[in-house]
Amino acid sequence: MKILEMNHIKKSFDGVGVISDISLSVNEGEVLSIIGPSGSGKSTLLRCATMLERMDGGDLVYLGRYAAREEDGRCVYASQQDLKEIKRNIGLVFQNFNLFPHYSVLKNIVAPQLIAGKTKENAESRAMELLKSLGLTDHRDKYPCQLSGGQQQRVSIARALALDPQILFFDEPTSALDPELTAEVLRVIKELASQHMTMVIVTHEMEFARELSDWIIFMENGYIQAEGTPKDLFSTDNARVQSFVGKLRA
Amino acid sequence: MSLVTVFTQLMGGMGITVAIFLLTLLFSMPLGMLVVLLRMSANKVVSAIMMVYISIMRGTPLMLQIIVIYFAPYYVFHINISSSYRFIAVIIAFSLNYAAYFAEIYRSGFKSVPHGQYEAANVLGYNRSQTFFHIILPQVIKRVLPPVTNEVITLVKDTSLAFAIATAEMFTIAKQISAKEASLMPLMAAGLFYYIFNALVAWGCAWIEKKYDYYRI
Repeated sequence: MKILEMNHIKKSFDGVGVISDISLSVNEGEVLSIIGPSGSGKSTLLRCATMLERMDGGDLVYLGRYAAREEDGRCVYASQQDLKEIKRNIGLVFQNFNLFPHYSVLKNIVAPQLIAGKTKENAESRAMELLKSLGLTDHRDKYPCQLSGGQQQRVSIARALALDPQILFFDEPTSALDPELTAEVLRVIKELASQHMTMVIVTHEMEFARELSDWIIFMENGYIQAEGTPKDLFSTDNARVQSFVGKLRA
Repeated sequence: MSLVTVFTQLMGGMGITVAIFLLTLLFSMPLGMLVVLLRMSANKVVSAIMMVYISIMRGTPLMLQIIVIYFAPYYVFHINISSSYRFIAVIIAFSLNYAAYFAEIYRSGFKSVPHGQYEAANVLGYNRSQTFFHIILPQVIKRVLPPVTNEVITLVKDTSLAFAIATAEMFTIAKQISAKEASLMPLMAAGLFYYIFNALVAWGCAWIEKKYDYYRI
């Protein structure tokens, strides 16, 4: 089953095209990685998919429901109510965590569930279960400022998972972390992949993308320059992809 | 003339001073929030009107504003001013003036909350008002407490400006006694009163600030 479908996405800022024409789809249980140099439009693509940014053109479809559809060259979004329902399928993990600093670790994970209408009891037991599986139980009463970057990122993953999304997006989840903390967060994402969580990951961690992904997209200048299975992409003849992947692995 | 006698004579004025202080805070703090929300609204006309309002309030003397608000009903609308309007005019002028300053302080608070907080709330399913009340406002309050304290302390001393329309607040009375007795002592006593008042205000604000110390931003 297709969880996400993006058709001919276009997005520009002040007349400067950032995403020129991108189509992709993600099936249930698949991991899609998006790689490419800085400024290639990866993050913008992710922000369009998670509706933090409005697209200028193209279709955005979750589980067969149109969040946005191109009509007469314009991008028309679904009603507020429809978007709200569609958004419930989406989780997003930010590069710089964006935890709520005034909430304890536990409350960071519980509060959004209460907003979603869960009972306090259910929300707390779900939160405790996630904290346990992420090895954060001892930190439940701490505040984000008391945690390492790796711990903060794991809390933010727990916060997203608590809402039981059908698809989880990661926007360079380890770019703000040192190698040790990076490993700690990547382990969690690998664990999720082994549980067949559907994920879209924007990353600069090539080895990680190669190991984990079912499909990799290489983006540059707002286009998909190359895509394929990790095996295909890493053994490509495409000189540009070779040099990018090679530089990062060197 | 003993200090005790002076304080007894100043007593009635102190009540008015404290009343101006408390009523001004009561009205100007929420009004400032309304002003800043309109100031930051996407509607350019509304935002521009608020900018003009803030600019006038900050750009002209509070004393002049008090006088204008007191006399405007008579000179502009030809309504006879009753003596009970005197105190109301003081409260209106102070509230409008301080709301402008508070609005700018709040604005700096809103600007300093990272955009990522709004985005995280959005992705987690918070609607606009939930985002504002649960996520943004608590962080804004923590950030604006020090400058708000400063402004509140200034307000304690600014209450003396009410003399401009002959409101018998404490400093006005102190000046009258001082002139009559040819002594500086009543003024010194008034100074002592402001100092103690402000020490209490500072202590109260520090206490609130401490309550918000449990997390860092």
